[in-house]
Amino acid sequence: MRILLFPSVLIVLLASLLSAGAYEIEQHKVFPAPQEGANLRIISNSDIDIFSPMVVAFQRKYPSVSIDYTVVSSTELMTALYDEKQVFDVAISSAMDLQVKLANDGFTLPHNSSVAGLMPDWARWRNHVFAFTQEPASVVYSKSAFAGLEVPTSRQNLISTLRNNPERFLNKVGTYDIRQSGLGFLFATQDARTSDTFWRLNEVMGSLNARLYCCSADMISDITKGDLAVAYNVLGSYASARAASDPDIGILELEDFTTLMLRSAIIPAGAEQPEIAGAFIDHLITASWSEEGADYYPYPKLNRNEIAPNLSLRAIRLGPGLLVYQDNLKRQRFLQEWQNAIIQQ
Amino acid sequence: MNSGANISGSIRRRLTLQLLGIAAVLAALLFVMVMTYAKQVAEESQDNILSASATSILDSAAIQSGEVTVDIPYSALSMLGNVSDDRVFYRVVVNGKYLTGYESLPIAKASKGQDSHRFITSHYLGESIRMVSATRRLSNASGPVEVTVSVAQTLKRQRETLERISANAAYLGFGFFIAAAVLGILTAQSAVRPVQTLANSVSKRGPQDLRTVQAPVPGEMAPLVVALNRFMARLKKSLTRSEEFIAEAAHRIRTPLAVLRTQAEIALRRVERPENRAALKEMIRAIDESSRAAGQLLDHAMVSFRTDHLEVKDINLLDLAEETLERLRPLAEMQDKTLSSHGEETTLISGDAILIQNALSNILDNAIKYAPQGEDVQVVVTSEDNWVVLSVYDQGPGFAPEDIDQLTERFSRGKNAEDTVGSGLGLTIAEEVTQAHGGHLKLSNRTNVRGACVSFYFPQS
Repeated sequence: MRILLFPSVLIVLLASLLSAGAYEIEQHKVFPAPQEGANLRIISNSDIDIFSPMVVAFQRKYPSVSIDYTVVSSTELMTALYDEKQVFDVAISSAMDLQVKLANDGFTLPHNSSVAGLMPDWARWRNHVFAFTQEPASVVYSKSAFAGLEVPTSRQNLISTLRNNPERFLNKVGTYDIRQSGLGFLFATQDARTSDTFWRLNEVMGSLNARLYCCSADMISDITKGDLAVAYNVLGSYASARAASDPDIGILELEDFTTLMLRSAIIPAGAEQPEIAGAFIDHLITASWSEEGADYYPYPKLNRNEIAPNLSLRAIRLGPGLLVYQDNLKRQRFLQEWQNAIIQQ
Repeated sequence: MNSGANISGSIRRRLTLQLLGIAAVLAALLFVMVMTYAKQVAEESQDNILSASATSILDSAAIQSGEVTVDIPYSALSMLGNVSDDRVFYRVVVNGKYLTGYESLPIAKASKGQDSHRFITSHYLGESIRMVSATRRLSNASGPVEVTVSVAQTLKRQRETLERISANAAYLGFGFFIAAAVLGILTAQSAVRPVQTLANSVSKRGPQDLRTVQAPVPGEMAPLVVALNRFMARLKKSLTRSEEFIAEAAHRIRTPLAVLRTQAEIALRRVERPENRAALKEMIRAIDESSRAAGQLLDHAMVSFRTDHLEVKDINLLDLAEETLERLRPLAEMQDKTLSSHGEETTLISGDAILIQNALSNILDNAIKYAPQGEDVQVVVTSEDNWVVLSVYDQGPGFAPEDIDQLTERFSRGKNAEDTVGSGLGLTIAEEVTQAHGGHLKLSNRTNVRGACVSFYFPQS
């Protein structure tokens, strides 16, 4: 019996090690608790630098909770929770469709928030998905690279500007690699849903040998370095942080339409600290949706009206519609069309 | 009022309980009907939107390079999110083979072919779901293919809607019950009211009032009232007959008694032996008693008759008293007693003079009988509040206090009158007469001095 038991334990250990390593971690940070206490494990695709004020503020309220913060891409987050069922207490992601899919397919726990009244109904789905930001998909460009050109204000403008200046923009156009980035996929599908210009833009970008990125931060870095002239569908919130220190960076919200993404939090089904996780989500809701706001809230101020006065802003709706592009057939077909458009070698 | 009645339940209570029971049953029925209907509507509306969703997915099915493919429209699932935030599942099966979606969704059994959309309620991922399956035939090179699309939604919204409606329906049912209950109680009261009215009018009557009931009553009560009227008529007739019989008997006895008394007195004058005289005296006394009783029985019969048919006119009580005293004076003087009257000259009442005179002479008769020799009997007329009071004072032994309440009953005699001639009808006659006039009789003993006082109370006219 004992002889048999030992190898089986070993196999379990090995299996868990293997599965632990199967999703790719980008950053990892532990915020130790000032006092001895519980540990809250957060998996997120929000950069530590931007998000940490929220964590610190939470620890001021709950000094006994230490926080283990793991940064992954939105697709890796899905892998970790959906396929590998890793144990985390809170999952934060900008890929709304993946968050909704997790909630719809039973991978989340409900949270009856006492502060849910602060947020508008469209900012949460069931009592499972809670949005706490509104972030536009922007065009970020280098002002010097556009010297002498009119700054485009719509996709049509952008298309003709790119098409008319191929020598200037060849190899200098960037966008998400939507095969890697869940957020890029979300932005692309919503763009395609809204307008056909998306496909024309992709073809133009493809003809300019567009460079594909995993994340907004990398695109912005390459613009500051001069490797990129313009990047399409970049998170405006990240860009404005960088624009403050680099006057060459310009941010555009296109007038034909600008997609608004809601970053959201869920409690994964396997959470070991669901109550503290609930408190953390309440903390996010209070910081974002309360009337007075919080000074440590690092994202753009929220607009409570679902359809902004500026009609070009299109907020993505939380709900089962987001499941459509997560359908295998639909996803494969979309990725295929996208590749056909943007990868032309 | 209920003493002596054998009571079994109450019509009003029974009626009220039955109406309350009906109201409760109807309220429950209303609740069940509203809920059934609401459930039907909620299910129908969910089924409709599920159908629309499945149809739009099915419409997107096409054959591309020999393979069946579906391009799920964004609206197919987002329309489900517009009406509720329920979880949504779907599955596409081609010729029985899984193509895309949630593979382990339950399978809707093939329907009997009457409808292209099949609905089932089942469980998936730990929640109740409503699912629709729709099938469409396509054909490719190798023949027909069957595409089946199933769309399912959890029932949270439906449950919430039903809970809300259920609360409202409960309020509605309760309100209906309260309204019906109030109306029911009022109905029961109004249904019983004629019975109460009749009972009141009958129980308020005086003891001599045997008139038929004339007030209108509902048809259902007519047999009761007819029976009651008949019964009273019979009672009245039998009472009248017995009074007549008594009067007739008294009358027939009185004349022979008068002859007998004369004969006895003649005999008394003739006999001399003291024991024979004593026997005759005793005989005369007995004859007196009998003829007095017969007289009072006649009086009483007369009073009973006249109280039903009062001949009312204005009477000056003092004059009437003086007239009565005048008639009795010879008798009083024989016993060395003085009769006097005084009081308010002008006091008038409306009444039957013959009756009052009869009652008064019966009382005076008593007073003269019980007053010691050489004493006075006084009649005084006074006013008291709304009453005119005619009082007769004597100086006799007075009433025994324990007797006062029973003395007006027929043939009742006081304890301290056992050695005096009397039938016990005098006070009964007096009381019946005052009551017939709407008044009452009051018996008392005089304060400070010896003697009794009998007061007739008549209402002022």
